[in-house]
Amino acid sequence: MRAFLRNKKAVTGLGILVFFALMAIFAGVIDPHDPNNINFTPLAHVSSAHLLGTTPEGQDIFSQLIYSSRATLIVALVTGAVIAVVQLFMGVFSGYVGGWVDAVLSTITNIFLVLPGLPLLIVIVAYVQNKSVTTIIVVLAVTGWAWGARVLRSQAISLRDRPFMEAARMSGEGRLRIVVFHVVPNMFGVLAANFFGAALYAVLTYTVLQYLGLGDISQLTWGSMLYEAQNDTAFLLHLWLWLLLPGICILLLGTGFGLLNFAVDEVADPRLRRNDPVKSSARATQAGAASSQLPTTPPLVPPTPGELTTAHGGP
Amino acid sequence: MDIDDKTEGRDRVKYLLRRVGFLLLTLWVALTVNFALPRLMPGNPLELMIGKLGAQGGQISPSAAKAIGKAYGLDNTHSAISQYFTYLQQTATGHFGLSISEYPEKVSTLIGQELPWTIGLVGCAVVISFIVGTAIGAMAAWRRGGFFDSILVPTGVMMQAMPAFWLGILLLYFLAYRLGWFNVSSTNQVQGRQLASLSGLWAIIQASFLPAVALVAVSLGGYIILMRNTMITVMSDDFVKFARAKGLPDRIVATRYAARNAVLPVFTNFALSLGFVVAGAIAIEVVFDYPGIADQLLAAVEAEDYPLMQAIFLIIVLGVLLANFIADIVYVYLDPRIRLGGRT
Repeated sequence: MRAFLRNKKAVTGLGILVFFALMAIFAGVIDPHDPNNINFTPLAHVSSAHLLGTTPEGQDIFSQLIYSSRATLIVALVTGAVIAVVQLFMGVFSGYVGGWVDAVLSTITNIFLVLPGLPLLIVIVAYVQNKSVTTIIVVLAVTGWAWGARVLRSQAISLRDRPFMEAARMSGEGRLRIVVFHVVPNMFGVLAANFFGAALYAVLTYTVLQYLGLGDISQLTWGSMLYEAQNDTAFLLHLWLWLLLPGICILLLGTGFGLLNFAVDEVADPRLRRNDPVKSSARATQAGAASSQLPTTPPLVPPTPGELTTAHGGP
Repeated sequence: MDIDDKTEGRDRVKYLLRRVGFLLLTLWVALTVNFALPRLMPGNPLELMIGKLGAQGGQISPSAAKAIGKAYGLDNTHSAISQYFTYLQQTATGHFGLSISEYPEKVSTLIGQELPWTIGLVGCAVVISFIVGTAIGAMAAWRRGGFFDSILVPTGVMMQAMPAFWLGILLLYFLAYRLGWFNVSSTNQVQGRQLASLSGLWAIIQASFLPAVALVAVSLGGYIILMRNTMITVMSDDFVKFARAKGLPDRIVATRYAARNAVLPVFTNFALSLGFVVAGAIAIEVVFDYPGIADQLLAAVEAEDYPLMQAIFLIIVLGVLLANFIADIVYVYLDPRIRLGGRT
């Protein structure tokens, strides 16, 4: 944890996350306007009353921007958590139980990995009648859980054969107890990285869905703001702040999650840390020795620290 | 390598067969999802389709309705299982049925018109971002901790967090509308048949340039970070240290030893990267009104043209799977040490 807080990327990522959390919680305090009010003067210029002006429909752009943080943040965090739990379950079950269960679950994971997520999402959403936030979260989780599930599985397998696990089994601890008290705590790092990666995936994919008008359009998000902006010809009206700022918010929030994902990876895999060559090579040898205990990780295909990163690369 | 050629060859065949098996299995899953989805949702898909057709002014006779039902495998007189097999057979033979929004155009004809555009866009973007991304990632890893590296990782993370469509909107607004550097209205006017002429080709390049730039920009980040991280891991391997100790010039160690080995895992992540390039392409095609299948997919969703939508989904899945399959085969030849047993 201390290593985590000393990591610059982690602190920056955490800072961004806190910034948006505060924005979401205190949206009403930050901006007195009602984001759904359409009775302002349409196309008002930037002024102290309307910090970013108003839309052609008479909505205050600034308050829309502030309030949009709510739905986006909730969807990101909840989807991230749901995906992490599903991955944990799949990973532990698959890796720890092994045998044909593992074979079946691994194949399912691999299938979901190669099935292109967004097209699948679009097809599912096209059939769904009730597009509530809950539905969207479920659909996001269904299409996004496979990314990074493999990492948890190999982690579970590597834990299975460690001496302390053997000791736990020998001392007669039950399977469930072993999983809860020995396996899960040891997977915390990977799990946290996966959570942030999944949150990043959720932010981006949810935004795309909202932008394409396939999500819940009544829900105010940065994606739906951009959808409105393009439909209301923000181009021709040269309302470029309206086009620019929602994207910057998404970019920042996504970067926050991405940095945290990256930082957790770094803390968990010392070889990625930036150090002077002597130290890092000493560390690398240690890490190498540690990773050679992983029976599933072929030495020639490195334990792909990057897999965590790209695996969540995006929608 | 102490395995003799014969076992190696046999292993390869086994490996390839496993890949083919996986390809078929995944295709089957996609087909089944496609078949099951409309039936899991409330409402009768056949009535929905016929109602849709009727609303467009077309008069649907009962026999026509029956024919439609048969074409889509939605025939109520048969059991779900026999519908399923009819559907599998129809799709396998390339019969996707008729479009609803552009009735009575064949779905396959409609897709055929747009597919080359998407393949061109996604193909270019993947190749360019792979080459540029791995090069940048390798350079950053080689000079780890340097100025370049220190700004690169945050930039790479930011690029991954950038919504592709938003970058597209910005490029469209600032470069095309404001500065007038690109004639974007040409995009939807260019048709496939213009491919043959030189002026048509120029129009296509003009129309595809900005979408391609946006797509490359958002795809780069993943390659850069992955390459950097793998290269750093490879650089701490003994054979790289040995190459250095031998006194080989840095250039050789960096390119022939470290980068060459680091690029392989990046290549295996092709599957993952392709998925999100396709995702990026979907939104970008919509932004630019680019005449590709993703744009068509959205139009089909809006028009509730389910046969067209399902067929496009299948085509995208097929494309991604085939690309992955080819990448898998190429990988076997790229990496002679491949542990054939280890990968699924």
